[in-house]
Amino acid sequence: MNTVNRPVRKKDAMQLLTGQPVYTDDIAPKDCLIVKLLRSPYASAVIKDIETDIAMKIPGIEAVYTWKDVSQEERRFTLAGQTYPEPSPYDRLLLDRRVRYVGDPVAIVAGADDKCVDKALSLIRVEYEVLDPILDFRKALDNPVLVHPEENWESLCPVGADNKRNLCAHDESSQGDIEKVLGECEIVLDRVYHTKACQQTMMETFRTFCTIDTYGRLSVVSSTQIVFHCRRIIANALHIPKSMVRVSKPRIGGGFGAKQTSISEIYPAFVTWKTKKPSKIVFSREESMTASTPRHEMEMHVRLGAMKDGRIRGIDLYTLSNTGAYGEHGPTTVGLSGHKSIPLYGKAEAFRFVSDVVYTNVMSAGAYRGYGATQGLFAVESAVNELAAMLHMDPIRLREQNIVRQGDVMPAYYGQENTSCALDRCLAKVREMIKWDEIYPAKDMGNGKVRSVGMGMAMQGSGISGVDVGSAVLKLGDEGIYNLLIGAADMGTGCDTILAQIAAEVLDCGMEDIIVFGADTDASPYDSGSYASSTTYVTGKAVENCALKLREQICRLGARLLGCEYDQVEFDGKEVIWDGEHKVSLKDIATASMCGNDILLEASATHSSPISPPPFMAGAAEIEMDLLTGETKVVNFAAAVDCGTPINPNLARVQAEGGILQGIGMALTENITYDGKGRVLENSLMQYKIPARVDTGRIQVAFENSYEETGPFGAKSIGEVVINTPLPAVADAVYNASGLRFRELPITPCQIAMGRIREE
Amino acid sequence: MITIRNYKKAESLEEAWRLNQQKSNRIIGGMLWLKMGKGTVQTAIDLSGLSLDQIEETEGEIRIGCMVSLRQLELHAGLDAYTGGAMKEALRHIVGVQFRNLATAGGSIFGRFGFSDVLTMFLAMDSYVELYKGGIVPMREFAGGGFDRDVLVRILVRKLPASFHYSSVRNTRTDFPVLTCAAVRFDTETGSDHRFAIGARPGRAIVIEDGDGILSGGFTAHESREEQACAFGEYAAAHVPAGSNMRGSAGYRKHLVKVLTQRAVLQIGGAAGC
Amino acid sequence: MLITVELNGKNVCAEVEADTLLIDFVRDHGCYSVKRGCETSNCGLCTVFLEDKPVLSCSVLAVRADGKKVTTLEGMQEEAEQFGAFIADQGAEQCGFCNPGFVMNALALFRENPEPGEEEIKEYLAGNLCRCSGYEGQLRGILAFLEWRKKEGRS
Repeated sequence: MNTVNRPVRKKDAMQLLTGQPVYTDDIAPKDCLIVKLLRSPYASAVIKDIETDIAMKIPGIEAVYTWKDVSQEERRFTLAGQTYPEPSPYDRLLLDRRVRYVGDPVAIVAGADDKCVDKALSLIRVEYEVLDPILDFRKALDNPVLVHPEENWESLCPVGADNKRNLCAHDESSQGDIEKVLGECEIVLDRVYHTKACQQTMMETFRTFCTIDTYGRLSVVSSTQIVFHCRRIIANALHIPKSMVRVSKPRIGGGFGAKQTSISEIYPAFVTWKTKKPSKIVFSREESMTASTPRHEMEMHVRLGAMKDGRIRGIDLYTLSNTGAYGEHGPTTVGLSGHKSIPLYGKAEAFRFVSDVVYTNVMSAGAYRGYGATQGLFAVESAVNELAAMLHMDPIRLREQNIVRQGDVMPAYYGQENTSCALDRCLAKVREMIKWDEIYPAKDMGNGKVRSVGMGMAMQGSGISGVDVGSAVLKLGDEGIYNLLIGAADMGTGCDTILAQIAAEVLDCGMEDIIVFGADTDASPYDSGSYASSTTYVTGKAVENCALKLREQICRLGARLLGCEYDQVEFDGKEVIWDGEHKVSLKDIATASMCGNDILLEASATHSSPISPPPFMAGAAEIEMDLLTGETKVVNFAAAVDCGTPINPNLARVQAEGGILQGIGMALTENITYDGKGRVLENSLMQYKIPARVDTGRIQVAFENSYEETGPFGAKSIGEVVINTPLPAVADAVYNASGLRFRELPITPCQIAMGRIREE
Repeated sequence: MITIRNYKKAESLEEAWRLNQQKSNRIIGGMLWLKMGKGTVQTAIDLSGLSLDQIEETEGEIRIGCMVSLRQLELHAGLDAYTGGAMKEALRHIVGVQFRNLATAGGSIFGRFGFSDVLTMFLAMDSYVELYKGGIVPMREFAGGGFDRDVLVRILVRKLPASFHYSSVRNTRTDFPVLTCAAVRFDTETGSDHRFAIGARPGRAIVIEDGDGILSGGFTAHESREEQACAFGEYAAAHVPAGSNMRGSAGYRKHLVKVLTQRAVLQIGGAAGC
Repeated sequence: MLITVELNGKNVCAEVEADTLLIDFVRDHGCYSVKRGCETSNCGLCTVFLEDKPVLSCSVLAVRADGKKVTTLEGMQEEAEQFGAFIADQGAEQCGFCNPGFVMNALALFRENPEPGEEEIKEYLAGNLCRCSGYEGQLRGILAFLEWRKKEGRS
């Protein structure tokens, strides 16, 4: 292969590294109205009265909007970027008279500059009827206090939702008789695990600007992963025709799922639609930390049945998920906690997976890399690590005995066959990389410090089977250049480059010959968007198919120019050749295509996959712990990933390294706590501690490739699977160092030190 | 973000002092903490035009202008040599180089922030603040005092022969500390003296009073040092007031007081004891 | 207040408010490379040179830059390209939003310490957060750049 599986530079790399103005706020018109939101100080309240007259008098203020400007009876909507009809409930209004968490928007203010808008915000008088909030998600189900009592709440899909029970979704699935199997097991481990609402914390906060275009339509430029869903969401929120909205994205300063929800778009959209003036909103970091959609907090009850020889026979999982004030991604994230953890244990005879997703009066949750699998894998992998400790068995060996293999049918993964899998090789590789046999379980360093290891496995999907759609358009231009139009969103992951590599491979051309454009609802072919680990696998296949079609068209015109039939020619990327000696160059074909030509030198393709082949991964952490202070550092993390063929090994590697560090952050430092009134305490980068580069030692990544026949050139996904293994791996390493078992994250030095004192 | 109506680059300390007598005015240091406030400052008084960004070292003293940056403190060869690297250790975890290029020594000390590594370190040294009106005040007295409207001009360090040890516990390397501990052994003609300061309790740093005189006879010989360290650690934990915040509980801090002071005694006690 | 700043080698004279921050001043004058990632001086995205020292432009009053030299990545394009190429070769630029601050501070490091070790690199850049890369690719890029520079210096 010439281009695929090569570490080519990202097409936009040098523009980014030299600081060119390519992000939303860099290109926003200078005369944009500044849009900011007044937010609720209460977790649950009804706005009795709101007074905006004084605020409106501040010089420079253009508009102040409140719930009075928004019909409370019209159809609600969801901000979740999902394929229509969305599984997420329609439970939002642009401005709602009822506020449901600390930070819920109460008023939209637009004005000439920051200062006047800030001043106006401080002068809006609101009288609230403060209501009792539900802050504990364990008490939400069937609580007499309802988060969404309104009659126009709506669930479009059969996800088992009932707003009169604070229930956003309920699901049950099983295979075999789990109670019977557990009854036969020699060991049944019964444990409860808890993960919190961690923040995606992309460096660029949410931001959007809007203008009115030549045709009087609303043009929205936003830092989003989902231009097409965003168009629908904005039209729904504003109750205007979809034809009146255009959404495009410039470069995105990170997403990790956060920008799979339309957090910021609807507010400036409303302002610009009303005023017909350009406007922009830039979320502060505090807003991004307190009024966005972080990971769903989940509590997972695992019952793991095994025999003394280590045979895992049954897994019973109940997940309670906290969707917060609104249901974005609530019904869908929870499924992954079981469907992407249980199938790892391919020898189990039975499983049961039951889930409830509940509303509470905290910030709404949403999509974050891993999307529920992260939480479920922490629980199931930790339980397996506990089982290993109980059996005095090496956790890697225990896995080797039980893992799913290529060709196995995975009952807990929708009955799908495991079409490509190198998990066994991943385990062996990680054992070697981390020097497991030298360190496991722990080594005393002799200075009050202990080094120890722990591990975990993970799987994810590659797109949503039967749902996600990826498309591509390719056209030939002057002198043989190609335009590749996509609707997928490169959010730093490099999909513009990866998709171009696939096109270049098929078209036998150089990377410089492919010009990538994306994403714009007016110009791009339809794409669900960049989420669910779909872009390389789903859109990538569309690009491959599209390029094959274009090759055919090139051959058709080439054949006409050569005076033969198109099935008599070959195309080597530079020339169309007939009979080995008659040739016409691509350049000449391109020129001919623009003069008296009726053969379309453009192709489009759409792809969707009935299956979602899982990437697999094994990860192991080596930590160093100060036993007295409890300070713990991951000094080494080793991971082996099976993502099928890595289309771009460099970008795949960096995806893995970045995801692993986010997982380490979740395990050790990224905490979310609320005060008694439902306010998030970790509301800044000063309090919410994502890892800095001095916080960890090395992260090493190896690839153990399988070949996925249904993916482009054998590829599966990589974006999400990489975040999952650090959680159980670090937690088990902590156990091996300290003897303390933590079932809630993050694990802090305070907890370790105090835990050891208690043990003594 | 704080609102500032006027800005004045003071031309003399007298002018700065005079402006600062008005309650709505503020002297600005590195602006790092001040910026995050929500109030309004009538006039921001800037001392950066008064050549107070210098560290002067003489044989017996180091004089640190209030506008000296934390990065200057960290890189100063004299301070590094005198403290045996402890000054650097106290500073290097504070956010990042760009932050420390802005944050000032004067601002850090004047603010008397509970989380301050800088205050903890200076408190353990034989140091003083030079106030424009108040004259020279021992650091310990200043650290325990209330806020007034005087101008902190310099920090003075007397270079008594000494050994230093600085340590802190942090949840992440560049986070606020959960606890800080600075320890000094002053070598005198007759033996040795010592001083231990604990900060981020999470309240302001304080000096540990050795009420039971555990170290009053000097550090014991190497073999029994462990015992002495343990005793002092237990004593310190019992006597240093500690509280809880997001970064750790009072109980954890008590425990850390013990651990860090014990380790400090072992570090600064010297090889033979004295 | 009227201030004069030597911004990337050119004198810029402008009226600012007492509390205008340097980050907003430089962005208003076309230096869009300078990004804001937080309000608490934690992220390092807004790093510029003030009198050749790396500082957080989000925490400096524009008036304090009066009469001083301010450099942003716009004024260091050649060095940025030279060094940036090594980051690009790792794919470690990722979303790019932290890149300008990171590149600025890395260049500051190389000026202060031409041959830093791995721990020195990490410590100097500790205040530059990145959420995409896990920092490993950035480190590989830096080490490769230093290696290249060493060789170039020799030849």
